[in-house]
Amino acid sequence: MIRVTPDAFDPGAEANIFQAASTEAGAMVTFTGLVRSRPDDPISALILECYPALAENELAAIRTAAVARFDLVDAAIIHRYGRLVPGETIMMVVTLAAHRQAAFDGAQFLMDYLKTDAPFWKQEETRSGLRWVEAKSEDDDARARWQR
Amino acid sequence: MKVLYFAWLRERLNRASDEVSPPPEVVTLADLVAWLRARDEALDLAMANPAIFKLSRDARIVSWDTPIDGASEVAILPPMTGG
Repeated sequence: MIRVTPDAFDPGAEANIFQAASTEAGAMVTFTGLVRSRPDDPISALILECYPALAENELAAIRTAAVARFDLVDAAIIHRYGRLVPGETIMMVVTLAAHRQAAFDGAQFLMDYLKTDAPFWKQEETRSGLRWVEAKSEDDDARARWQR
Repeated sequence: MKVLYFAWLRERLNRASDEVSPPPEVVTLADLVAWLRARDEALDLAMANPAIFKLSRDARIVSWDTPIDGASEVAILPPMTGG
């Protein structure tokens, strides 16, 4: 399941629904990304720009690749866009697999790919104005380790 | 053909898209980018380091050497910061 949405969602409720839909999995891993504000450099909001049609296609392709590569029972990605305040959920990834290693690896793979290949752009709202979050080379390195 | 710009590229250009009709010698997406940059100084400056950008054709990320033939929507994508 892929969902690209401006709407808030409840990651616990989503994980429960996802888990209940499968009886084959022995392991479920969830990752939830949150808006954070650092005490030394506070932000009032994170504004996520998105290209929804491309995001849906790319996330679906990344999900299909993860399911095939790690033999997952299922995988889901929910990603928000729009204006979010500190503490809010930005996105979540859930994987279901027979065993824990595949569930962990699948979730890590999905995260590493969507950091660099999903068309979302973060902008931080601070007291002195808006600033774009810069892409990190560590994210490219994290993605590269899955290439074979 | 519609060309979309996102994030800080959109801000630098002061617009989110262009409607263009490239000439027949523009065959690939790389040709399209070169043609667009030659017409627009702001885009040319913003794309001074072209290697950081990804391109999409009809809402799929594709390589720069992909032909544009028949494309209705191309996007120029600055480095992404999702997740």
